[in-house]
Amino acid sequence: MADAISKRSPGAAGALAHNGAGPAGDPLTLAGRTLHSRLIMGSGGFASLTLLAEAIAAGGSEVVTVALRRIEPGARGSLIDVLAEAGVELLPNTAGCHTARDAVLTARLAREAFASDWIKLEVIGDEDTLLPDAPELLRAAEELIDEGFLVLPYTTDDPVLARRLVDLGCAAVMPLGAPIGSGMGIRNPYNIALLREAVEVPVVLDAGIGTASDAALAMELGCDAVMVASAISRAQDPVRMAAAMRAAVHAGRLARTAGRIPRRLYASPSTQDEGLPDLR
Amino acid sequence: MIIVNGKESELPAGETLAAALERLEIPLEGRGIAVAVDGEVVPRAQWPSFALSEHARVEVLGAMQGG
Repeated sequence: MADAISKRSPGAAGALAHNGAGPAGDPLTLAGRTLHSRLIMGSGGFASLTLLAEAIAAGGSEVVTVALRRIEPGARGSLIDVLAEAGVELLPNTAGCHTARDAVLTARLAREAFASDWIKLEVIGDEDTLLPDAPELLRAAEELIDEGFLVLPYTTDDPVLARRLVDLGCAAVMPLGAPIGSGMGIRNPYNIALLREAVEVPVVLDAGIGTASDAALAMELGCDAVMVASAISRAQDPVRMAAAMRAAVHAGRLARTAGRIPRRLYASPSTQDEGLPDLR
Repeated sequence: MIIVNGKESELPAGETLAAALERLEIPLEGRGIAVAVDGEVVPRAQWPSFALSEHARVEVLGAMQGG
């Protein structure tokens, strides 16, 4: 795939295997924090908070996304308690926002609610595909960066848009592999590889992951981390799938830093011909 | 009429945000809660003194599971 024709060495995304071969993997610095897990989990879609907590433990995630919604009278912050108990960093999102204005206000509310400058910026432009609205996304990113947020935008797999977001000062980019919740995997791996080369900030593959091999592919393409929500929470056994994602992300990262062999059309023997006996 | 989370409320104008939240049984020390009035964030420190106007639109938001 695209890695065989990459302009850059596989090490573009980080240092090589001497510090990446440990069971915990090589650490990632994401928006000012050092992470040892490259699997970011979404908290949405779990049938219960107990299941969410078990999946986080199995996946080993250190960062979990949360949304903001109207609270009902008498409601208590049990989700927050569960996530605090799990010891994870919260990554608030602006899910459901369709304009820069709504996203900016939601981000400000998230900062107030969670005392965090991190924001996973989502500005949706289409109800059926939930694809990002690029002009609104850029507008919101610019405003939030001005206000001191560390912005992690959910974006398309367009390398040019990613570069524009990074030029504005985004701390990372979160390109989609396929539409949110579609489980279609990475539909354009070449674009993800190009995007990886287009920006110097961490790239977190977001949306589209369906199963473990999709997560491994994202890492092999050079992504620095993978964000998984529905593929875990809506799996038949979410806890087992979280463990699978953890292993896949780790394997993909190891393979990326190990440097894969180039693809070739014809065979290339791994056993030398020299010393071959004459058996006629 | 003061609107709270899209619904008409019984709250009288002039009531503070802190008192309004108390009526909604939202603990003031609760984590992961944020409030906007008329589209502007009201920082937690201002809740006890922030007086709601007659037509205030209050949004009280909390953490919810989400991607």
